[in-house]
Amino acid sequence: MERQQDYVLRTVEERGVRFVQMWFTDVLGTPKSFQITPAELENALGEGMTFDGSTIDGFSRVQESDVLAMPDAKTFQLLPYLADDAPVARVVCDVVNLDGSPFEGDPRHVLRRALERARSLGFSFFVAPELEYFYFARPSPRDGTAPMPLDHGSYFDLTTNDLASAIRRQTVLTLEDMGIPVEYSQHEDAPSQHEIDLRYTDAMSMADTVMTVRMVVKELAAHHDVMATFMPKPLSGVQGSGMHTHMSLFDGDTNAFYDDSDEYNLSPVARRFIAGVLAHARELTAVTNQWVNSYKRLIVGYEAPVYISWARNNRSALVRVPPTKKGKRDSTRIEYRAPDSAANPYLAFAAVLAAGLTGIEKGYELPAEAAANLYELSPAQRLAEGIESLPGSLSEAVDAMERSELMAEVLGEHVFEWFVRNKRAEWADYKSEVTGFEYRRYLTSL
Amino acid sequence: MEPLLLFPDPAPPLLAQALDLGGYPWKAASSLQAAERLEPEDGWAGAVVSADADPEGAFALCRALRKRDLPLAPLLLIVTVEQLSALELREDLFDDFCVTGWSGGELDARLAHLFWRTGRGTRPELVEYGPLVLNLETYQAGLSGRPLDLTYMEYELLKFLATHPGKVFTRETLLSRVWGYEYYGGARTVDVHIRRLRAKLGDEAANLISTVRSVGYRFGQSRWGA
Repeated sequence: MERQQDYVLRTVEERGVRFVQMWFTDVLGTPKSFQITPAELENALGEGMTFDGSTIDGFSRVQESDVLAMPDAKTFQLLPYLADDAPVARVVCDVVNLDGSPFEGDPRHVLRRALERARSLGFSFFVAPELEYFYFARPSPRDGTAPMPLDHGSYFDLTTNDLASAIRRQTVLTLEDMGIPVEYSQHEDAPSQHEIDLRYTDAMSMADTVMTVRMVVKELAAHHDVMATFMPKPLSGVQGSGMHTHMSLFDGDTNAFYDDSDEYNLSPVARRFIAGVLAHARELTAVTNQWVNSYKRLIVGYEAPVYISWARNNRSALVRVPPTKKGKRDSTRIEYRAPDSAANPYLAFAAVLAAGLTGIEKGYELPAEAAANLYELSPAQRLAEGIESLPGSLSEAVDAMERSELMAEVLGEHVFEWFVRNKRAEWADYKSEVTGFEYRRYLTSL
Repeated sequence: MEPLLLFPDPAPPLLAQALDLGGYPWKAASSLQAAERLEPEDGWAGAVVSADADPEGAFALCRALRKRDLPLAPLLLIVTVEQLSALELREDLFDDFCVTGWSGGELDARLAHLFWRTGRGTRPELVEYGPLVLNLETYQAGLSGRPLDLTYMEYELLKFLATHPGKVFTRETLLSRVWGYEYYGGARTVDVHIRRLRAKLGDEAANLISTVRSVGYRFGQSRWGA
């Protein structure tokens, strides 16, 4: 540990770093940070920095509001997208109580607990998310009207399209400079929609990385006077922004999901993991899709999952088992397609992992693969095949979550309770608002 | 000059006398802990380790000093004639040796030669390979004069690879040598960090680290030029 700290201090000195941003994440997945100077850094690395948690979403408690941000020295990284003449670095922090014990509201702590559970079963958990997002013109409308895509309905179609691609390219290069390898980046189906696919890492590093990527995407867009958003469904009538997440469990160096004697190359561990994820999907959707707006993405017809099922080559399924090349045992994995880009990655990874592990521990049976395009089945056919739906609204999702022992356990009492309360309040706010839909539909005709 | 580290403690009288006469300041230590506690801020100038009385302790200390980030050098080992065979396979633990029965003049000459050869005073210690430069003292890495911003583990991995160019390491070896045993992530962690390093090295230098199929990774050219 000492050496890591020494490394950080030395680098700050050698590179003339002026400020160090202490990063952490609130329960809703909003990045939070405060800046310290190099002079304060040594102390911060050793003892942490005290701050008042009462104003942070999900951090408030009845008794003690002070908590400590404890830098995780191995996450120390210069931020290449900020000004060169006064280098700024960031370090991701764990949030701990004043006595040094983990703070129960810290999303990193929630994920770490879930990873420890995996480890106690002999597994390490690897994830590779695909992050979708939109670029929109600035200024962003604040009156509740839809934002303006860059490459759509504009006189400068070609040039603005180039602009978005140029920003994305610069974003990918910046991420690579920060040691975040990008597997693939592309323009998505919807106007102004883009996607960045990340190479797998362990889930904790990946959750930190997702937070970093969102930040870099937004920062670099802002440099070009463009707005980037990870809002799940910013435009009606086109695809929303998902965070399809590829996952696998490794037992040492062996892919625990792979079995060449199985017709799908899926091991019993993989089958039970998928079964667990499917069985608990309704309960964990409030976490993977945590906003009112999330449920406008989870509708039929836009490549987003609606029905709880799995399949190999069917993009309407909730869990997809991507085909892998023969002998590529390490790349056998599953893809969970529900999460959206605005989820809290720590909590989302923890929740899906916990559901899968429960399937393994309890030996759940995997139902049959969904054959047809699920969108085309009639309700009666779905009923006959026993295919359930994901929650249709935030309210439904919170109901399912509130009844879930699994979610209470994986989130811990503090986060679970706060989350349910916060989401109920969000739903109540939403419900009380009279929307444009209602004016258009009802005002004159009723 | 900074003092020499002398083992064991108390110092063998003849040795202490010879060093004093040669004008070398020294401090005696009986263990690695003691050596680290007594170490001057700018590090030991070198070490003279006598294996006469306690060969096991002496070799253990040499090994520990050599495993530090900046391996302690020069290191002069003093052994008895009987202990000469014990030097086999321990060649990396010392820079030169004397056989007990040495004269003050011999000790002096060997130390002078060692200091000349290891160029004490010409720190910082740099590892250079093509466009890549690592400064082991300041933990900084640079590529064609441009600084590389590495995380701690990326730096450690690159340092390990760059100080063993041409050699192929399995992921398991890298994991145990760079991460240590407390790490639980498995060998895939190595792949993840190699990818991160390659991303930071950029297109022109990413091939400094090559993947040796179904074996592991190699930094720089193979020894055989393949």
